[in-house]
Amino acid sequence: MHKIAVMGDRDSILGFKAIGFDVYPTDSKEESANLLSQLVDEGYALIYITEQAASEINEEISRYRSSYFPAIILIPGSKGTLGIGMRAVKESVEKAVGADILSHDG
Amino acid sequence: MARLNVNPTRMVLTNLKKRLRTARRGHKLLKDKRDELMKKFLEMVRENRKEREIVEQKLMEVHSRFILARALMSDTHLEEALIFPKQKVSLKASSRNIMSVEVPEFEFTTENQGGSDIFPYGMANTSGELDGAIIALSEVTPHLLRLAELEKACQLMADEIEKTRRRVNALEYVMIPNLEETIKYIVMKLDENERGNLTRLMKVKDMMLEQAHQFEARQKAKEV
Repeated sequence: MHKIAVMGDRDSILGFKAIGFDVYPTDSKEESANLLSQLVDEGYALIYITEQAASEINEEISRYRSSYFPAIILIPGSKGTLGIGMRAVKESVEKAVGADILSHDG
Repeated sequence: MARLNVNPTRMVLTNLKKRLRTARRGHKLLKDKRDELMKKFLEMVRENRKEREIVEQKLMEVHSRFILARALMSDTHLEEALIFPKQKVSLKASSRNIMSVEVPEFEFTTENQGGSDIFPYGMANTSGELDGAIIALSEVTPHLLRLAELEKACQLMADEIEKTRRRVNALEYVMIPNLEETIKYIVMKLDENERGNLTRLMKVKDMMLEQAHQFEARQKAKEV
């Protein structure tokens, strides 16, 4: 049985606690990086992270990109979306196809 | 194209021909794999985009509701209300195989401990906005799961497509031309040797014939 974690700034993620996800608030870059590796070690299969927090620890996140677990998924935080999540999708397309051929319909 | 560094012998030629056949077959198979992966990938990525748009839009709604709820309630009250969740989510991850790419599949079950609603708090100290926010959030959950599944699958498939494409290109533009050129080189070399040999034989035959004629001529001269 796997667990789901949500990490990011406190205001954005508090609500996820009510629906049964584990929430881990972080405020600084170092804290986020440590927390991420800690969560991976603990065996979370699915980690949602707010775009604000993710933008600071891009390297750590991309390290888990090609591995099967965990799936690290960016979600918009309470301050609005930064478009990083969409950009990641675009990057996969560019990686696979060589050019972004889908942005006209997105 | 550089030719391989081999001895131009018949045995090497046979081996190289075998390798070329294998390379051609591998190239064809990998190309098929790449095309099929690409087809599947594009399908998934389209869905991924759609799902991400839905999730982002819905989560923004949730956030704005939460902001309202926070405005109406004190921080401590809000945290107190949410600190002990009634609902538990457990995630079951299995894997699916798409063209030999292992892709995760998530299935989640919610356990509700007592009561029909998901609110982990009493109605007395909380505002109605919080209820709305939590209902909206629980509605997003399936989308969040689906998004996670799709996004991870897309990432893994993108990696695999890149790898396959590199292999296809390496075979198509390096391996196969090299082999072809080397085979051509060996064939030419062998033919040249053959021709050289033939000329040598003819030359020797001529020389021997000439010697024989001269011998006969000398014999005749002696007899006369």
